[in-house]
Amino acid sequence: MLQDHLISAAHLSRDDIEAVLDHAAAIDADPSVVSGRHEGRVLALCFFEPSTRTKMSFESAMKRLGGETIDMGSVESSSVKKGESLADTVRVIEGYADALVLRHPSEGSAKLASEFVDVPLVNAGDGAGQHPSQTLLDLYTIRENAGLDDITVGIMGDLKYGRTVHSLAHALTNFDVRQHFVSPESLRLPRNVRYDLHEAGAQVREHTDLDEVLPELDVLYVTRIQRERFPEEREYRAVAGEYRIDNDVLADASDDLTVMHPLPRVDEIAPEVDGTARAKYFGQAHNGVPVRMALLDSLLGDDEEGDRR
Amino acid sequence: MTDEELRVSKIRDGTVIDHVTGGQALNVLAILGIDGTGGETVSIGMNVPSDKLGRKDVVKVEGRELSQSEVDVLSLIAPEATINIIRDFDVVDKNRVERTESVTGILVCPNHNCITNADEPIRTEFEVLSDGVRCSYCDTIVREGDVAEHIDARQSGETAL
Repeated sequence: MLQDHLISAAHLSRDDIEAVLDHAAAIDADPSVVSGRHEGRVLALCFFEPSTRTKMSFESAMKRLGGETIDMGSVESSSVKKGESLADTVRVIEGYADALVLRHPSEGSAKLASEFVDVPLVNAGDGAGQHPSQTLLDLYTIRENAGLDDITVGIMGDLKYGRTVHSLAHALTNFDVRQHFVSPESLRLPRNVRYDLHEAGAQVREHTDLDEVLPELDVLYVTRIQRERFPEEREYRAVAGEYRIDNDVLADASDDLTVMHPLPRVDEIAPEVDGTARAKYFGQAHNGVPVRMALLDSLLGDDEEGDRR
Repeated sequence: MTDEELRVSKIRDGTVIDHVTGGQALNVLAILGIDGTGGETVSIGMNVPSDKLGRKDVVKVEGRELSQSEVDVLSLIAPEATINIIRDFDVVDKNRVERTESVTGILVCPNHNCITNADEPIRTEFEVLSDGVRCSYCDTIVREGDVAEHIDARQSGETAL
């Protein structure tokens, strides 16, 4: 089980992942197995960017474990506004909490922060870098619906800046998964992720057209093409429509296709898909709680061990 | 180099960097933070015939010995280079550069959104790959041919004699 920081999905082994997912499944089946286990413990939520799902699901997870959460409020009202470094901020906050969850707009911020604290730290998104706890809940959802071996996964949208994509791509290399990446040329996977996939010997193909691969897919993971990434609105409109999913687009897909999305969506999945058996994105979001309960339980260790510091 | 060639530009104290990959001499100077404004005496041979490399560059810098971090980065652009330390006209030390696993504090990450480009109390760290380097914080990869462009000028020139 994980007993340190969680910075990047690239650091997760198959055993790490399966331990968290198995524990999450046990919690999902019977939440009482961990209720009250971390009473008296405090989780600090350090969110330097807005977040709804990630922040609230960590908060819910910690409270369901019997613990408490504290947060630094908005960046506008914090000492960060006064120019305090991230290193100083986390060094101070670690004195208030037993574990930290960090969301920050800069790539590499979680690694930096982890070098300045002794309590466990979870990367909850570092710029366009990584979002490994999201990946654990994504894997949990994939495992529930399609299994994690001998499957074909399509990942579509903004692959260049999508941190959930980078984390998921790394984690899937632990399993027998064929990965297909579908994006506009300008938003294809960054060089470092392609390098890692190649080094891991992953089965990977890149496409600009979903039709090329849709019938083969067991899972289609859709992400938002971010309007703000395009220098011209015209360029955004030219590609965004090509990557929108509706029931017509999905006509050639397997009946068993699992459609996922880390949310929030804008218009990349039509509401008409929501009512179909393929739509799993809301369940995926709900899975954030048991998975993060399992993750926190693992990182915080047993109550009997007392304060890790 | 023949003795005759050496005599032409023999230096009293400093460093001779030999067997530099042909065409990389100017990048070696960039790594050393030498742009001519510091008054150093520098001799350069570019694309000199070499039995070992075919063509090589040679850089002689008077009054300066290299730091280990500078040698580490040199190894990225000139893996066959030899470093000759000269004192009172004699070669007192001769070493080949060795490819290290990482370089710390001498390269700037080209990703402007990398935390190492913020005002934080850390030094940059790059893992050395087979054909480039990779930021240990944000994972950005810099190809070997582009490494010299990302040398931190603030870190260079730290070991003048």
